[in-house]
Amino acid sequence: MLTNAEVRTKVLDIIADIALDDDVTGIKDDVALREQLDLDSMDFLDIVMELKKRHKIEVPQEDYPRLASMQSCVEYLAPKFNQ
Amino acid sequence: MNKKVDCVVIGAGMSGLAAGIRLAMYNKKVLVLEKHTISGGLNSYYARGKRKFDVGLHALTNFVSPADRGKPFNKLMKQLRIPYEEFKLSPQNYSLIQFPDKTLSFTNEIATLIEEVNKNYPSEVDGFIRLLEHIKAFDEVNLNNETIMAKTVVRNFIKDDSLIEMIFCPLLIYGSAWENDMDFSQFVIMFKSIFLEGFSRPEGGVRTIIDILLKKLSDAGGELQFRSEVTRIISHNGKVTGVEINHNEIIECDQILSSMGLPETYGVVSEFENLNHPAVGKLSFCESILMTDKKPRDLGIDATIIFYNNRPEYLYQKPQTLFDRESAVVCFPNNFKYENYQDDYPEGVLRVTNIANFDLWNDLKSSEDKTLYRDQKEVVFQNAVEILKKCGLKSDYQVLFKDIFSPTTIKRYTQHFEGTVYGSTDKSRNGKTPIQGLYICGTDQGFLGIVGSMLSGISMANLHVLQGDLK
Repeated sequence: MLTNAEVRTKVLDIIADIALDDDVTGIKDDVALREQLDLDSMDFLDIVMELKKRHKIEVPQEDYPRLASMQSCVEYLAPKFNQ
Repeated sequence: MNKKVDCVVIGAGMSGLAAGIRLAMYNKKVLVLEKHTISGGLNSYYARGKRKFDVGLHALTNFVSPADRGKPFNKLMKQLRIPYEEFKLSPQNYSLIQFPDKTLSFTNEIATLIEEVNKNYPSEVDGFIRLLEHIKAFDEVNLNNETIMAKTVVRNFIKDDSLIEMIFCPLLIYGSAWENDMDFSQFVIMFKSIFLEGFSRPEGGVRTIIDILLKKLSDAGGELQFRSEVTRIISHNGKVTGVEINHNEIIECDQILSSMGLPETYGVVSEFENLNHPAVGKLSFCESILMTDKKPRDLGIDATIIFYNNRPEYLYQKPQTLFDRESAVVCFPNNFKYENYQDDYPEGVLRVTNIANFDLWNDLKSSEDKTLYRDQKEVVFQNAVEILKKCGLKSDYQVLFKDIFSPTTIKRYTQHFEGTVYGSTDKSRNGKTPIQGLYICGTDQGFLGIVGSMLSGISMANLHVLQGDLK
């Protein structure tokens, strides 16, 4: 069973690898990732693909908005990590 | 048993390598096939003795700071997971568009060009600023844009033809497959990459970029095979099944990203009946490279690139003669702002590029008399020395080494029909072909320059292979 904090770390690892010139240590959980980091739609697709590659987690297209902020990512992904 | 992979990428140039990296990153079994013995394609390098030369790349366009979010260069680096600093970029000093009556200078700050337009064409500056706004707001990479010719659009903003000629000059010669004009989307790509973003040079030249890409590809598990010419693209009922290399070996695959050019790709498709015949581009070049005992700044020039034109209008077209003597791009690789990184050239380097006629050079090259070709290359060199003088270079230098290449050299190394550099005038903007599983990337997909070609490889790999897997 992964805790929310552990899920957060796993998501953060992915984001840190994608936004590699950005400092990800100060990300605010309740603010959209797009507003804090240099992420565009291509990068969000990379987050989806990294989730699949690293954790075998599939995110269907209609759920992409759930990845908007760190908080919504954790809420949405925690059950998937723990399935 | 034939070898089987998920994806074959044809060509280890900038777009092919970038596509290969993306596919390998996401666990595709990818094989990049390159006919030549080194990678880089149109932007490559070679050595003579201890001297190193770049071919293709004069300067890397699209220069921005790492903080400039959403710009093509930063997008590219992020998609390939390459930290900004790794390319070791030094920005240009400034460049010149030198015409008979006027010279415009520009830097990596658009304010310089606005000021120059204001100084030389005061009545046009408002129109020029409105044109800038139009360009900034335009979505040039939208894959559904229709083809409209750029001069028609620009004339809505600028009335003076001579200013239009001057603005178009660098944009045409650094990327247009069309003669004397270009598609507006491509114009905007070029305008942004050159005037709004700008020029830089990686320390070590183009090989720095290629080496990084090669390492990325191999780290991600991608395979690269040299001396492997794709002699046939095999399909069955309109769907890709594999490729044949060097006329004998078959490699099975489901998808192919081809960076070899649209006409060149269609030329090897086995089920050719369904395909149209894309036009072969008309533009090729010759270039003189001079290594000198003095650096250009000691000979009076600190500009980075000079777009030289000795006519009132700029003729960007296939010349009726071996090469066009009256216009050239002159590049001084020693003249970048080497502050964080070094000028790795110990000697002065002068590069003069002229528009050239492939057919005439090809006739010379095929002639029995081998001296004809050599003699004409000497003529190109002598003309380059004259143009350098007209650009203001003092003459008290010694040429330590010189090399001249012609359109036939380009054909030999790139396999592009007629030695074209910017490909066909028929682009496949969405990368699709009538053959299912066969996609185009690189110049003939329509993104331009080194950054554009890498983004092309990335976008096509994303769109046609990786995103398809998500569905």
